[in-house]
Amino acid sequence: MGEWPLIAGQIFNGFSVASLYVLAALGLALSFGLMRVINMAHGEMLMLGGYLAYLTLQVVPGPLGILAAMPVAFLGAAAVGAVLEATLIKRLSARPLDTLLATWGVSLILQQAARNLFGAIGVDVRAPQWLNHAYTVPSGFLEGLTIPATRLFILAVAFAVMGALSLLLARTRIGLLVRAVNQDRGMAAATGINVRAVDLSVFCLGTGIAGLAGVVLALLGPVTPNVGQSYVVPAFLVVVLGGLGSLKGTAIASLIVGLFSALVQILVDVSLTQVLLLLFVIGFIQFRPQGVVAVRSRALDA
Amino acid sequence: MVMRGMYKPVGLVALLLAATSLSAPVAQAADAVKVGVLQSLTGTMAISEVTVKNAEILAIDEINAGGGVLGKKIEPVVEDGASDPAIFAQKATKLVQDGGVVTVFGGWTSASRKAMLPVFQKLKSLLWYPVQFEGNECSPNIMYSGAQPNQQILPALQWAVEKGYKSYFLIGSDYVFPRTANLILKKHIESSKLKVAGEEYVPLGGTDFSAVIAKVQAAKPDIIFSTLNGDSNVSFFKQMAAAGLPSAKLPVMSFSIGEQEAVAMGPSLVEGSFAAWNYFQSLDTPANKKFVAAYQAKFGAGAAVTDPMVHGYVDVYAWKAAVEKAGSFDPEKVRAAAVTLDYLDTAMGKVKFAANQSLVQTGYIGQLDPTGQFKIIWQSKGTIDPDPYDPLVFPGKKCPAS
Amino acid sequence: MDMSIHRDTPTPLTGAPLSGPMAGPRFSRPVALSLALVAVAALAPWLVSAYELNLLARFLAMGLLAMGLVLVWGQGGVLSLGQGVFFGLGGYAIAMHMKLAALGEGELPDFMVWSGLDALPWWWVPFKSPLVAILGVMLVPGVLAALFSWAVFRRRVGGVYFALITQALALAFATLLVSQQPSTGGFNGLTDFQTLMGVDLGSTAAAHGLYWLTLALVAGAFLGLRLLMNSRYGMLLRAIRDGENRIRFLGYDPTPFKVVAFTIGAVLAGLAGALFTLHAGVVSPALVGVVPSIEMVIWVAVGGRNSLAGAIAGTLAVNLAKDGVSSAFPDLWLYALGLVFVLVVTLLPGGFAGLVGDVADTSWAKRLKSIIVGRSK
Repeated sequence: MGEWPLIAGQIFNGFSVASLYVLAALGLALSFGLMRVINMAHGEMLMLGGYLAYLTLQVVPGPLGILAAMPVAFLGAAAVGAVLEATLIKRLSARPLDTLLATWGVSLILQQAARNLFGAIGVDVRAPQWLNHAYTVPSGFLEGLTIPATRLFILAVAFAVMGALSLLLARTRIGLLVRAVNQDRGMAAATGINVRAVDLSVFCLGTGIAGLAGVVLALLGPVTPNVGQSYVVPAFLVVVLGGLGSLKGTAIASLIVGLFSALVQILVDVSLTQVLLLLFVIGFIQFRPQGVVAVRSRALDA
Repeated sequence: MVMRGMYKPVGLVALLLAATSLSAPVAQAADAVKVGVLQSLTGTMAISEVTVKNAEILAIDEINAGGGVLGKKIEPVVEDGASDPAIFAQKATKLVQDGGVVTVFGGWTSASRKAMLPVFQKLKSLLWYPVQFEGNECSPNIMYSGAQPNQQILPALQWAVEKGYKSYFLIGSDYVFPRTANLILKKHIESSKLKVAGEEYVPLGGTDFSAVIAKVQAAKPDIIFSTLNGDSNVSFFKQMAAAGLPSAKLPVMSFSIGEQEAVAMGPSLVEGSFAAWNYFQSLDTPANKKFVAAYQAKFGAGAAVTDPMVHGYVDVYAWKAAVEKAGSFDPEKVRAAAVTLDYLDTAMGKVKFAANQSLVQTGYIGQLDPTGQFKIIWQSKGTIDPDPYDPLVFPGKKCPAS
Repeated sequence: MDMSIHRDTPTPLTGAPLSGPMAGPRFSRPVALSLALVAVAALAPWLVSAYELNLLARFLAMGLLAMGLVLVWGQGGVLSLGQGVFFGLGGYAIAMHMKLAALGEGELPDFMVWSGLDALPWWWVPFKSPLVAILGVMLVPGVLAALFSWAVFRRRVGGVYFALITQALALAFATLLVSQQPSTGGFNGLTDFQTLMGVDLGSTAAAHGLYWLTLALVAGAFLGLRLLMNSRYGMLLRAIRDGENRIRFLGYDPTPFKVVAFTIGAVLAGLAGALFTLHAGVVSPALVGVVPSIEMVIWVAVGGRNSLAGAIAGTLAVNLAKDGVSSAFPDLWLYALGLVFVLVVTLLPGGFAGLVGDVADTSWAKRLKSIIVGRSK
């Protein structure tokens, strides 16, 4: 096995990591784009998804349990998101920095709640047998290249979620309302759109996607009270890089982060990769402070 | 005649010493003696350290039920190290300086021990440290009951060599213990004319192993030696399985997976992988059966028991034996007595403290079964003397004689 | 468009509960009160036990960092979730010097030896000099902060973006420290210090001296920041916070104002880190990462983001509570910490200092008086 399979493998891994980041960051980017708030408890929505997957698998143990867990986690996390939005974020909507801090408090409480409910050591969620295998290239110059089925599945989920979301935003009435509020909140309100309801539903949608992401993350990682913390900082970087509330931006930014980490890791270890990634992001915003995709260039303070 | 003449002053000195130890600057009830229990109850290390705290408290309760030490009940003062070395140092000072404890049981990470070391040296107190570590340290104020590298890492290598494994891949979390353990392993693997196929580190808590696994697949080792810590293990084993490399295909020897971790990860995920420790819950001795039963009676029927927990538990009993031998709670005398104790029969087998204040103990290799218990498949020939400085890596370094 | 501009503008202080007393710091009576407090605090070595004095000294050192956050966050509207980085840089700068000072000619710190290094890394060498170390405590965080914040602010990246980038900075710095074990001590950090410029750090005299030094620096920083906040610079900084574009239209470039505030905050954090390291006897990556950095913001949020005295009080209160509660009720502590954060930020954005200010406000006092008088009739 020479250099080529390793490089090709890392390019695939870059896409795979990007698909995880897309799923982890989409919800964050959605509500950030619309409401300018960053939900620091977003990582705990991923955690919630993992635990809901665990509970679902207790009820539906078979090979399709993981598929059943996805809608459950989506709805569960969306419900918690609704509570969070209605009780806290609504009150703070004109103070984005304070929202960030208050939701961090929420994340502490949710982590401790998970610890008390499920124990500190985490729970066991396993990929079903039909995902637990890998495809290996038998010959040719990519001989030995291995593609795990689980990672292909997660890629497929990421594409499906992005596809569904862009259809929702582009083709449905709800999507129309969201785009209207996104473009001009004041005008949208003036035409009789219930801006509050749009905020609430987008926030729920965002946390719901995070819950869904939590299920697929559980296939490759642990389900513990503090699992959200390991994904949330890269997800924040994706949002910074991606630009305001653009689906396309989030996807491209995830891909940049994923490929960057995967390819840099061929040469250096993971710790140094994290540092280089941050330097890269700071360097990037020197050239494009508005992110990969700028949706609203007319806004003065965007 | 000569003998008789010598008894008097010796007796007098003993009486004086006893008097000073009683009048030590320690505020306590006449029938109780305070000891500190300092573990992380919050933060990232709480998962592991709370169980050690439980085991230490269990030992204290048992001793109290049996009449205490030197006629005094032990009163544990529990403090939270909060997974932060600076807090460990702060709480150690609090316990010894303001809390009037005669000794402290605690610590887990090397970082916490390193931070507490100057405190115990300055205040001339004694810390009992229960976790396997990277060696390279011997303080007169710390009793190291956890394994030195030559009692855990090297027995594992010895076993692997006996099994005929030729090519080794080293994976670790990025901190002190894995780095030092791998430094030692590399020297020993190379000196045995075997091959180090690769060495990779992932930040503590890291979840992405795609690149590491790609490198493993390229290097094609016979076995992986893993010093990964905590949640990273879950990610590692899940992603190995996803990549078509379950333990059955590529064996993994772990140095940080115990019974508790195995249960949390899902035993079927790690089934068949190996671990090296100085104790397994499955150890078939009357003393261990009694300990496991007592622990589970107090903390739940299914509660897992691990190596560091037993070390914490044994530390308390070793302290009791040393206090009784010294006839005093004075840390200086307890220390002197502890290293001259005979073998104690404990839950982990026969152990005693060597002159360098580390524990003489047996090395075991276990293989995980589907229930999360280890089947003991290998053990060292008798007990192993602790060696804080590996002679191959740090030639000529020795603990200063205390 | 109007509406969205309004929402985009980082104007935390347009809401009703925030106006009034928080517009700027007040003078005279609080200063006198503070001076009296400092005088009492100076007597602490004779009033409390050695352990309690050490605790107080640590928390006061952290208070220095908290006052820096008042300038950066309260006055400048720039939320930094990465103050731990600067705290750590200060701590490591002094710790490196103390490690080197304890060595003989040609020796290396122990962790370097057993990590396989055979020569001192070049960037350690200057820290042999105590002068370089003490300057480094302030200059290293200061220069890094200036470069970093200039690079970000000049591209008009601010608000939430800046907070997230500083958080990533904290994560990256902690990871880097841990991964470069041979030259940083890794996860263990640096510990076991013997002397500082010939003074035995274990002695009582050293403990008292360092405590007074900390207290003096806190008092000095308090007065200095107060002057700064009442100067033209302070006024412009608050104006930028309340409407950056308005200030731009008036012909000012906000970038240098924010860079200066952030740099001063970082220098204070560096000093705090160095003093903390001296008091605690250890500096480690556990003090610089994401979670400790955000906890630093809690201290200030609780005490009052616009009040220097409030920030110190908040730091003392939160840390004393942590010291007491977390051992006895570890679970409860995490719930309480989370809840305090939510409640203070939502209901008391001015922190407890803001509450005190509101109550003391004449209109409030009058209303209270009228209520009491009315009821008693």
